[in-house]
Amino acid sequence: MSDPNQRIVITGIGLTAPNGNSLAEYRANLLAGKSGVSKYEIRYIGETLAGVCNFDPLKYQKRKDVRRGTRAGSIAIYCANEAVQHCGLSWPDVRKDRVGVFIGITEHGNVETENEIFEISKFNYDTSVWSHHHNPRTVANSPAGEVTLSLGITGPHLCIGAACAAGNAGLIQGLQLLRLGEVDLAIAGGVSESIHTFGIFAGFKSQGALATNSEPTRASRPFDLDRNGIVVAEGGGLVTLERLPDALKRGATICGEIVGHAMNSDATDFVLPDPTRQAECMSLALSRAGIGPEAIDILSSHATATEQGDIEESLAIHKVFGDRASLAVNNTKSFIGHAMGAAGALELLGNLPAFDDHLAHATINLDRPDPRCALPQIVANTPRKMDRVEYILNNSFGMLGINSAVIVKRYSGE
Amino acid sequence: MSADQIRQVVMKILCRIAPDNDLTALKDEVPFREQMELDSMDFLDIVMELRKLYRVQIPEEDYGFLNTMASTVQYLIPKLQTATA
Repeated sequence: MSDPNQRIVITGIGLTAPNGNSLAEYRANLLAGKSGVSKYEIRYIGETLAGVCNFDPLKYQKRKDVRRGTRAGSIAIYCANEAVQHCGLSWPDVRKDRVGVFIGITEHGNVETENEIFEISKFNYDTSVWSHHHNPRTVANSPAGEVTLSLGITGPHLCIGAACAAGNAGLIQGLQLLRLGEVDLAIAGGVSESIHTFGIFAGFKSQGALATNSEPTRASRPFDLDRNGIVVAEGGGLVTLERLPDALKRGATICGEIVGHAMNSDATDFVLPDPTRQAECMSLALSRAGIGPEAIDILSSHATATEQGDIEESLAIHKVFGDRASLAVNNTKSFIGHAMGAAGALELLGNLPAFDDHLAHATINLDRPDPRCALPQIVANTPRKMDRVEYILNNSFGMLGINSAVIVKRYSGE
Repeated sequence: MSADQIRQVVMKILCRIAPDNDLTALKDEVPFREQMELDSMDFLDIVMELRKLYRVQIPEEDYGFLNTMASTVQYLIPKLQTATA
């Protein structure tokens, strides 16, 4: 890219995942094969499984702020503050009107609406006890807005509704507004509070797509013949994005450069994926990065452990990358479940340390590979040492046929 | 419910609404907003909690009575005289 101001780099990372509340902890557990899935109980559903985060919301919020806001807001505030600290900026000196917050969400508001309906049910559905907090908690910009309140940010804030492609979509939105010169610093990524809505569990159960397993850590099984559905998870992954010259000028540590991205639509079905469009999405991201498929070292797959989703994505990956053995295909959902709006961001971020340690983390719980997911590059159960890690491609797809791919390049000082 | 009991009820509500504030030294004659973090949404929480707990309906024109602990208790005495703590 000729204009250096169009080069966007990641300079800070904040996350909470069911198996880690910092990049270091998360990465260590991904390399150690440690799952974050546990037993979980929720209203009307009873006992089920979920990826549950245990970060301390009071690290960055007062008790009153936690009470006033939402779980997605608490997750976003934790991740944003962690990212800001990690990026090394002197926050009091940052122009807050030049900071934007762009957070991908799969859904927002279900939790609060379910809570209120449950509450009024105790009062014979008297709507006069419906909370005045319901509207500010459920407006679609709520998690991003809570971040602006926490950090005093006066630039733009948005939540990007993009189903399970939302984590990538948040990153892409941040990148684009930096390139447009609308902001100088973007806090971008995705969050999910989905385990707190019974509806998402009930919906997947009715669809025959909710995982069950007597051993919670064995429940999320993408690409495995014994998979039986999705493990719902909560979490968040937000980064600070900056233009390369700005980052270099202040001596920032650069975690990677976003060199390619793409989003497209299947236009075929509400829920069923389309491998042709998924392949086109990956190819478009590669084209924008100015590289061929042979350049990608690690492909972080979206596969959710649903039969059709895994099979179709495998077809799409094979169409673009063939059987090249030097490619490593891995899957983070096997560790943490499906973190919905956070999935794309968390799955990318857990792979970024591979630029330094040259390890592709595994796909765990892959005991009987499904022959219909014939990808010889899948990293099964134990990490793979790589000869080189220069480029990582992260897939995230979602309902209504929304596809996304983001490519991050190791920053080598050039 | 006695005045003391009503005060305890209101205090419990305030503790829920302002969990970061130490309310042990709350002065009954001084406006709530001068002693604790309390914005308009928090204030509505007091009204809502009373509605949920005791089915007390407080019309908007009466919100001024909920200015201090003392005035709140006085306002609630007739409304909660048959309620149990």
